[in-house]
Amino acid sequence: MKIYIPVDSAAVSIGANETADAFVRQDAIADAEVVRTGSRGFYWLEPMVEIEHEHRRIGFGPIEAADVPELAQAIAGGGFASHPQYLGDIDHMLREQGQRRMTFARCGVIEPTDWQSFVANGGSAGLRAALDNSGQAIVDAVKESGLRGRGGAGFPTGIKWQTVHDTAAETKYVVCNADEGDSGTYADRMLMEGDPFTLFEGMAIAGVAVGAEHGLIYLRSEYPDAERVLKRALDVARAEGMLGDDVLGSGKSFDIQVRMGAGAYICGEETSLLESLEGKRGLVRFKPPLPAIQGFMGKPTVINNVITLASVPAIMAQGAPMYADLGINRSRGTLTIQLCGNVARPGLYEMPFGVTLDHLINELGGGSASGRPVRTAQVGGPLGAYVPASHFDTPLGYEEMADKKAMIGHGGVVVFDDTVDMMQQARFAMEFCDIESCGKCTPCRVGSVRAQEVIDRIIADDEREANIELLRELCDTMINGSLCAHGGMAPFPVLSALNHFSEDFGVREQAAVTS
Amino acid sequence: MARSNGKADPEVVAICARHQASDGPLLPILHDVQAHHGYVSDEAIQQIAEELNLSRAEVFGVVTFYHDFHREPQPTHSLKVCRAEACQSVGGRDVWAAASTAAESGQGDVQLEAVYCLGNCACAPSVQMDGRTIGRMTAERVSTLFSAGNSAGVPS
Repeated sequence: MKIYIPVDSAAVSIGANETADAFVRQDAIADAEVVRTGSRGFYWLEPMVEIEHEHRRIGFGPIEAADVPELAQAIAGGGFASHPQYLGDIDHMLREQGQRRMTFARCGVIEPTDWQSFVANGGSAGLRAALDNSGQAIVDAVKESGLRGRGGAGFPTGIKWQTVHDTAAETKYVVCNADEGDSGTYADRMLMEGDPFTLFEGMAIAGVAVGAEHGLIYLRSEYPDAERVLKRALDVARAEGMLGDDVLGSGKSFDIQVRMGAGAYICGEETSLLESLEGKRGLVRFKPPLPAIQGFMGKPTVINNVITLASVPAIMAQGAPMYADLGINRSRGTLTIQLCGNVARPGLYEMPFGVTLDHLINELGGGSASGRPVRTAQVGGPLGAYVPASHFDTPLGYEEMADKKAMIGHGGVVVFDDTVDMMQQARFAMEFCDIESCGKCTPCRVGSVRAQEVIDRIIADDEREANIELLRELCDTMINGSLCAHGGMAPFPVLSALNHFSEDFGVREQAAVTS
Repeated sequence: MARSNGKADPEVVAICARHQASDGPLLPILHDVQAHHGYVSDEAIQQIAEELNLSRAEVFGVVTFYHDFHREPQPTHSLKVCRAEACQSVGGRDVWAAASTAAESGQGDVQLEAVYCLGNCACAPSVQMDGRTIGRMTAERVSTLFSAGNSAGVPS
């Protein structure tokens, strides 16, 4: 019998290793083999334990180490369905939630670096299909799928690939942006820790499509577990012939190296990332030239986010029309929503675009964790707007969110209850912009500092109305005058706070009395 | 900043040699030097510049741009506390305040650093102690991490 327990760093951060260790010592199921997988993304149920029963994966959670002896007895005796932490068939749970696991099909299911399990569960089929096609046919399929950049910008992936495909050069690169710095996002980490071969497969497909033989993964240093898994997986992928000078027997060459970032949020911006990869300060580049024409080392470069690249294998294996059939309007396929913050059921929800924030937060998420009313959710990371509860009927789609002056970004949704102080959140947005600014352009470098000073004057009730007006003007300057999205979007959370929560910017005497 | 005066640190030379053939070797070199010595000294900056045929200013500029690189020896333990929004929404500000108080009181041999997201948002508030992420942190628990060698309550 196999017992599946995540080795995902978030599950481990709340005790999954202790749970796994406790299973090893259970005489009741002495013949059981503990298999460490990625996480399913049901983080409110971690540490989660799964067993295989009648070809279905049955889950239990949360299971702490102290709960293990009783669970082991229940499993051994066959009466596990009445166990208090019994969850039933995990696939059924995913379907009930409306999840559609395309990119995360194997995450939490298999041991992350077990090649045989990867292949047995559909892995490498996308790359095999791609190798039977011309580069142009692959690019056309990605275009047809409607896939857009999942890192935040939402640029059509196929168009980016076409540009690199059409640019003649001896050497081209595929760069994976794994500098997942946005607060509230962890899908990249989950995938790299739970199913790294799928990322390699997506990168190899990109390489075959555009004629690149070199791949680089730029991984943030805050993810030491992902680094270990990726490096181990690279060794396996080379040994199994997925990477190297004869990719799956095709005669084509493609290999990948992992490069570590060094704690700079701005390096998630693609041109800054390329500077960092080249060994320089992570200063943002002017565009044009586009990275697709002059990217890493001045060569044509595909640069995509982890989830973008990891979505491609399913598109190639199952066909672009299948992927394009999911979603709404110009947002096709699935969105890997990372629900977190003050919410009862935080986790990864991979669903077709179009789910509303209300359904996500209140139905799937179960409302706030504190039991207090949900007041707002920040969507799309620290540069994303705070969406008020009155706008929770907005469907998650690129244009649909943009119509509400908000964005999807990398799919992070951070929930806040009614104790949140929106003026402090606005101040924090500018503080963060200041700390992480690369310093190249003035609106971002200086504007973010001045904005904190202005907000401090508003907090001190010093010429409140005039300073609120000044803050809006400053936001306008930053939006229109900054070189990249860091300074250009940091004002969005600030403006959303001003526009939807003006009461938090009012006179504080009453609050001072009550607190 | 001192010149190396020909007294080359063989470890720095070996690290440079190991990465020199790759494109853009500077960050991997700095990571390895820091992993070996615990920080990037002025002498190491000088030596790396010579090995890569860069100016000292260029290497210095890179070292000082990134939060991860230290120019001075560091305490034995590193505690990174997330200060970003997802942790804020579930009490992260209190965790940071408690950690700051403990750090200011000089407890333990611990370097406290603010970070902005550890990717552990669904199990927030989060900290990272010597590379190990710990979730669902509380103000009370974070203070105990400063007691030297105390790993109570730290999942392995």
